[in-house]
Amino acid sequence: MLKMKYELTEEQKELVAIAHQIAEEKIKPLREKYDEEQIFPEEIIKIFGQSDLYRVFIPEEYEGLGMGVFEMALITEEISRVCGGIALAYAGSALGAYPIILFGNEEQKKKYLPKIAAGETIAAFALTEPDAGSDAGAVRTTAVKQGNKYILNGTKQWITNGGYAGIHSVFASTNPSKGIRGMSTFIVEKDFKGFEIGKKENKLGIRASNTSELIFNDCEVPEENLLGKEGIGFRIAMKTFDQSRPGVAAQALGIAQGAFEEALKYAHQRKQFGQIIYSFQAIKFMIANMAMKIEAARGLVYNTAKLIDAGEKETAGYSAMAKTMASDVAMEVTTDAIQVLGGYGYMKEYPVEKMFRDAKITQIYEGTNQIQREVIAAQLSKQVSRLK
Amino acid sequence: MKRLIVFIKQVPDTAELRIDPKTNTMIRTGVPSIINPFDMYAIEEALRIKEKWGDTEVIVATMGPPQAEEALREALSLGCDKAILLTDRKFAASDTFATSYILSKAVEKIGDYNIILTGKQATDGDTAQVGPGIASWLNIPSITYVKKMIEVKSDYAKIERLMDYGYDIIEIKGKFLMTAIKDLNEPRIPSFRGKMAAKKAEIPNWDAAYIGAEDKNIGFLGSPTRVVKAFSPPPKQGGIKTEGDDIETAKKLIANLKESHLI
Ligand SMILES: Cc1cc2nc3c(=O)[nH]c(=O)nc-3n(C[C@H](O)[C@H](O)[C@H](O)COP(=O)(O)OP(=O)(O)OC[C@H]3O[C@@H](n4cnc5c(N)ncnc54)[C@H](O)[C@@H]3O)c2cc1C
Ligand SMILES: Cc1cc2nc3c(=O)[nH]c(=O)nc-3n(C[C@H](O)[C@H](O)[C@H](O)COP(=O)(O)OP(=O)(O)OC[C@H]3O[C@@H](n4cnc5c(N)ncnc54)[C@H](O)[C@@H]3O)c2cc1C
Repeated sequence: MLKMKYELTEEQKELVAIAHQIAEEKIKPLREKYDEEQIFPEEIIKIFGQSDLYRVFIPEEYEGLGMGVFEMALITEEISRVCGGIALAYAGSALGAYPIILFGNEEQKKKYLPKIAAGETIAAFALTEPDAGSDAGAVRTTAVKQGNKYILNGTKQWITNGGYAGIHSVFASTNPSKGIRGMSTFIVEKDFKGFEIGKKENKLGIRASNTSELIFNDCEVPEENLLGKEGIGFRIAMKTFDQSRPGVAAQALGIAQGAFEEALKYAHQRKQFGQIIYSFQAIKFMIANMAMKIEAARGLVYNTAKLIDAGEKETAGYSAMAKTMASDVAMEVTTDAIQVLGGYGYMKEYPVEKMFRDAKITQIYEGTNQIQREVIAAQLSKQVSRLK
Repeated sequence: MKRLIVFIKQVPDTAELRIDPKTNTMIRTGVPSIINPFDMYAIEEALRIKEKWGDTEVIVATMGPPQAEEALREALSLGCDKAILLTDRKFAASDTFATSYILSKAVEKIGDYNIILTGKQATDGDTAQVGPGIASWLNIPSITYVKKMIEVKSDYAKIERLMDYGYDIIEIKGKFLMTAIKDLNEPRIPSFRGKMAAKKAEIPNWDAAYIGAEDKNIGFLGSPTRVVKAFSPPPKQGGIKTEGDDIETAKKLIANLKESHLI
């Protein structure tokens, strides 16, 4: 009853087992310190790499395992159960890699994907700017073609893995007059001339994840690093999100699961008025609700991931639903988990206050939950003519 | 090609072992099995030496019932190249003397090697005898309680060995056997590809006849140890503490020792 069974293949079970082992043995002992001191988990990234976890979302031709969004989500969930911040060193690399996987040509894939697969380097996805958040089309970073190069100028902000990634999928405008249709995507290596890492953010949660500013100062990008063609950047971003959102949903799900387990355990140990607090209906109903919400969200997340892997076309709405529901559940469950633990839950000695702080971001990034509801509503509206 | 041989034992995953009062032996049924934790350090060290040397084969072997194959598969998933299961009804009831004889015969069957690695001790049998026992049968040096490999080449090594009050630094030439302790390294997590390959790996079963182990040296007959009684020893009591200034405590201590007829 701690977690509903799904019919997983032998391979999926092994992946979850490996992620579980890494989370319990390697991440749990250091999550508190890494959160407190905002330490980026470089040695854990090495372990993810050695254990083949980054290979999961990379096609077989490029030294990956050729698995799908579902497997990526299963792993992200399992790591997030212990630390939602360190999980981003995994899932964030998938987000940065998807544009190359989905739109890269043979050369680009050959050059970059094997390194990401091996965990030799991680990837980042750089879209957001100070004045382009939900309105991602308002990107001001420019890319001007000069000879066989593009010259990039502008600033990206809040880029996950930004300070450590070797490979960045960067969105810049090649034709500002065309707005969204003028956006293009470039693969930018850390060592490219004119590429700088700016301010490192100090955050509420996911503090072991690195969130950085990226500065492009006449940054020289070889023309062969343009993904697809000029003008399709916005489409690349949206297609990427369709693949990656179940990852955020899985992160939220894992955080919620972790908080629920802590609350359940605590409620059976803590005694007040001569009895365990689980004997109070107010407490156990809260925990029963947590379990229900998580299971419902998990069903939605898993099925969405599987639909995407099955090649189903219209998944944007479900992807948005999965992300929104799971992240709202994570926020509710972590809030209630603190309530179950009372004052102890508010203290850093117990992990639920961290889970609560970590949960909040899942309602914000890769499209806020308000934007997700816009997406869901737009998809629904498209179907209205089918109703009789 | 260079070769490392690691011996591992499958042990019950519990600190609370129960003893059958009738037979004075351990009750193993219903307890999940794991690789003896100390052997995990031996495996890890072998893999690190292999990574350093290149062109090296790591062979992992265990003596045990057919189920012990599971432990070997786990070792393979971590990166060991080959596994051997030493299994034969005749091996049953072997004590540490017979066990180390059998394992030494397996080494002879395997052929040439550079280093043999074992755990410091098994968490069930707990004797810490099997490692040095193998070395005795093979007539090679053994270095127990290895906490650090300062240098390791195919025919020379410089090693830190844990002692009660500090550590020794030992230099050694030629083949040797070493037993691993917790300080040696941090065992890795299996890789996914390693796990999948380990599932499919062929694990040969070697019996007494195959390794040329003589009947008189194995099993119950080959085991000089007789378990007379098994019991849980009482926990260590704290000693007597004398308090006061130097002279006062010295006087009290002398009086105590005299009273106990120790001086
Ligand atoms: C820790 C962290 C990591 C991040 N990592 C990355 C990354 O790796 N790569 C990347 O490109 N970006 C990243 N982001 C950026 C993130 O995706 C944006 O913060 C997010 O898209 C929201 O943009 P904004 O913060 O500018 O909010 P705004 O767009 O300013 O939104 C403010 C509020 O207005 C609401 N709102 C805005 N527009 C509408 C509308 N049309 N209808 C209804 N409500 C609306 C929003 O929902 C929100 O509540 C990260 C952000 C954070 C905090
Ligand atoms: C009091 C007592 C009761 C016992 N009762 C039983 C019993 O009921 N049933 C039973 O089966 N055995 C029993 N034995 C156990 C048997 O004698 C030992 O388990 C076996 O010989 C190994 O000794 P150990 O466990 O002390 O290993 P140790 O000497 O502590 O092990 C050191 C290292 O040697 C290696 N090693 C040990 N055993 C093996 C192996 N089999 N294969 C490969 N490598 C190995 C490992 O690397 C290990 O880390 C008993 C032993 C004692 C002392």
